[in-house]
Amino acid sequence: MASPIYRRGDRKSDSLVRLLGVTKTYKQPDNYNIRVLDDINLEIRPGEFIALLGPSGSGKSTLLRIITGLSTPSYGTVLYRGQPIEGPNPHATMVFQSFALYPWLTVQQNVELGLVAKGVLPQQRRQRAIELIDVIGLNGYEDAFPKELSGGMRQRVGFARALAVDPELLCMDEPFSALDFLTAENLRSELLDLWLESRIPTRAILMVTHGIEEAVYMADRIVILSKNPARIVADLPNLLPFPRNRKSTEFVQMVDQVYKIVTGWDEEDEDDLDTAELASPSQGGEARPRLRPIPYGHISMLSGLLELVSDRGGHDDLYRLGAELLLEVDDLLPVTETAELFHLAEVREGDLFITELGQSFVEQDINERKAIIRDQLKDIPLFRMITRVLASKANHAMNKEFFNDILEEHFSLEEAEHQLMTAINWGRYADIFHYDTDTEQLYLDEDQTGDPIPAETQDS
Amino acid sequence: MGNVRERPAVGLADILVGASLLAIISIAIAWAAHAHPYTAESGRIALTWWHLPLDAAYSWLRMLAAYIISLIFTLIYAYLAAFNPRAEKILLPLLDMLQSIPVLSFLPVVLLAFVALFPGSRIGVNLASIVLIFTGQVWNMVFSVYHGFITIPRDLRESALSLNLSPWQRFRTMELPYAMVGLVWNSMMSWAGGWFFLMAAEMFSLGNRSYQLRGLGSYLQTAANQGRWGAELAGLTALVLVIVLMDQLIWRPLLAWADKFKMEMVEGADRPRSTVLRILRRSLILEWLGRTLWIPLTEWSDRIFSQTLPDIRKSGALNSVAGLLRWLAVAFVVVVAVTALEGALRLLGHLSLAGLEVVVLATLTTLGRVLAALAISVIWTVPVGVFIGLNRKWAARLTPVSQIAASVPATALFPGLVAVLIHMRGGLNVASILLMVLGTQWYILFNVIAGASAIPEDLREATRMFRLTRIKTWTTLILPAIAPFLITGLITAAGGAWNASIVAEYVSFHNHVYTTFGIGSIIARTSQDHSFSVLLLATGILALTVVAINRLIWRRLYDKAVERYSLS
Repeated sequence: MASPIYRRGDRKSDSLVRLLGVTKTYKQPDNYNIRVLDDINLEIRPGEFIALLGPSGSGKSTLLRIITGLSTPSYGTVLYRGQPIEGPNPHATMVFQSFALYPWLTVQQNVELGLVAKGVLPQQRRQRAIELIDVIGLNGYEDAFPKELSGGMRQRVGFARALAVDPELLCMDEPFSALDFLTAENLRSELLDLWLESRIPTRAILMVTHGIEEAVYMADRIVILSKNPARIVADLPNLLPFPRNRKSTEFVQMVDQVYKIVTGWDEEDEDDLDTAELASPSQGGEARPRLRPIPYGHISMLSGLLELVSDRGGHDDLYRLGAELLLEVDDLLPVTETAELFHLAEVREGDLFITELGQSFVEQDINERKAIIRDQLKDIPLFRMITRVLASKANHAMNKEFFNDILEEHFSLEEAEHQLMTAINWGRYADIFHYDTDTEQLYLDEDQTGDPIPAETQDS
Repeated sequence: MGNVRERPAVGLADILVGASLLAIISIAIAWAAHAHPYTAESGRIALTWWHLPLDAAYSWLRMLAAYIISLIFTLIYAYLAAFNPRAEKILLPLLDMLQSIPVLSFLPVVLLAFVALFPGSRIGVNLASIVLIFTGQVWNMVFSVYHGFITIPRDLRESALSLNLSPWQRFRTMELPYAMVGLVWNSMMSWAGGWFFLMAAEMFSLGNRSYQLRGLGSYLQTAANQGRWGAELAGLTALVLVIVLMDQLIWRPLLAWADKFKMEMVEGADRPRSTVLRILRRSLILEWLGRTLWIPLTEWSDRIFSQTLPDIRKSGALNSVAGLLRWLAVAFVVVVAVTALEGALRLLGHLSLAGLEVVVLATLTTLGRVLAALAISVIWTVPVGVFIGLNRKWAARLTPVSQIAASVPATALFPGLVAVLIHMRGGLNVASILLMVLGTQWYILFNVIAGASAIPEDLREATRMFRLTRIKTWTTLILPAIAPFLITGLITAAGGAWNASIVAEYVSFHNHVYTTFGIGSIIARTSQDHSFSVLLLATGILALTVVAINRLIWRRLYDKAVERYSLS
């Protein structure tokens, strides 16, 4: 475990929040449960600034909502100062990515809202709100409506509103991701100053983010979550001294270390699944092979990335690539995962290496590229399933809902839809099957029905 | 977007709700059967012009009363439907059915029931007209507020929860404001609809008895009956004046005020403005009232309601007194419903097959008229609406004019028009179609204008660049683009046409009753000669037809159009 920095004389034993085996499952219509969080154990102590890092869809926001009491875990307990919480935790407040300001209330009224709920008298809450608006640097804007403010100023109101009730725990759900780069940077350092100089009475901060640099820049403890379902894969202390310099070697090293964990966490899992999946059909057993989710990579982005990396000599640092392309790890990962799935590239220790196949992909024209992708898709269970179904139907057509239903056995509703849409995109690109948006049917045309590959690969 | 929750075409809840509706109607009819003859004020409407302001005030007060009831009902119903999962299961299908039933077909029944409730006094007739207006105007309000409640963004909801706002505070600061824009718009529409019903409900003759209330509606009818066209014109002018005043003094300021509740984070280019609102906002009196009345009031309500308002989101169990009371209420409702349903079935048992056949035929006849009315409306409104919508200059000039024209309730024009049309070839059979057109065309026109003005400029430029012919432009761009709007207009218009059928197919004029074959005239006639089994059957079949058409045709068409031709 990490040994976080303790300030303000808090004793180590005072844990603020404790999660014990928190698990969250969502019930599907057919009683099939999707597990989002799996056995999360976490302790938040006073004085800590924790960044909760993970890919999108990893359930970090769900975890945050469970900690604030907005959502309840399916199993496990959340203790606040040793007491189990019921309903929204009055000592925790939240800052939202979308700011979640009420457009019909003025800045002042928005900030006062939490105090209104507490039953603070008008005169006092006015005083307190004005103080906080001052601290957050918005004096003069008390009577403005949120729509008259810029994005950065709105988020300042969001902070002021959350801080007005003197929360012990400040939760932030990607608070800077809706802001432009400069505004976000400015707000980050201001918040950090408030926190480090103890100008706010907050005892601990928990920030959900997908920005690795942001986490390393602000937090003194970084908790990394995996996906499907979310587990804690790493819990790192970040002891870099403040003020932190993004250009310093230590900072870059730290970012690289986190990058390696984030990009490499599921390699072992994936291998396990691969073998499990290949094993079951060859045994001819009854067991239904588990469908592995396909990443949502866009083929055009994939081509662009491979061309770029190929120009740079066939390999490049992922973190640098992301920074240059202004892509967060969240946007970049699906593309690199797709490249790996098609055996066009490999990720090793935070670097992307183009394979031989990838090199020939880059050098070919669009039709040959399609052929390569078509070849790769044959080995992916989801596509084997789709083409087999379509080939075996007399009219070579099948409703989209049919596939949706199948996918819903494996994924959540939303995920199933997302998977199928990605599959349709790839299938259309590789010319394996067609999709008619009006009738919502997948079908094969004459050329495609003549292609017997899917069924046969399966059998051989 | 999953804003509207999808439900199967017909579910168990629908059947349940349908049965209870039938039961309630039959209770009303059973009650009406005991109606005592009502003799007060008939035929004594004075047609002097200085009575007009007072008449207008009477009508307006009836509208106000109905609106206040509607508003209270709306907030309670929508809140329960949106936040109590158990209530939602029943309230939603009920809402869906109630809003598609033509209310005017209940006019005779409701009237008789209330007259029976207060025999020999004008309270009954007054209440009947108020209840009728209420049932005509409340559903769209409920639907919009419910829709507002369930579409509150998750972040706003969570921020309110994490700040620990009480249910009352959430309602006051988040839920009601979020639904406000829809509520104001729908209140406006409801008032327009209310005038329509009021005009018909103030003076209604059943056979030799006529029920009258002092008001603009009866003034207009009396004037037409006596052939006094000067008085008719004066009455219409008074009505238009009231409507325009309402628009300027109430609706425009309200709309401009409600603009701040829009969930947009950028200032819209053309936001509604109102001079009246600006004056009010700058006035010191209002500010003073806000300080000394409004703020203490909110403080007080926060304190009061935070302690007493039960949190209905958590559906409680039987273990409390409230739970017990609720179960008693449910049991009572079930017993009443079963009894009523049994009565309804007995009543229907008297029916012969021939009677059923006549009712079905009459429904089909009226359906034909409704379709004809829609067709006529579409033929003239689509070209005109597209013209107005595509020409900004004309739109600015014509929109206020057409709004005023549209706000004059068709029922106010009926008496005068009937006098002219009754002698036409085909008689009321044809005239009733024109009367329906009168009531329905505006819905289509306004929707087409909205659709045409929403066509992006670049798409229009593209058609010009490719030199598409006029016909090609219409088929590739204009018709698809206005399709969702046109269908929305048609849905509302169809509802209006069914409603109008009851007053259009059965007209009393110059002490003579003119009728034409159709479901509307059957309902009007049977309620006057007390053949309640046919009345129940006719009302039931009419409601069933309208609901079925809405579910099976309109909704599907709309979904298809939105999916296929939506420009966003």
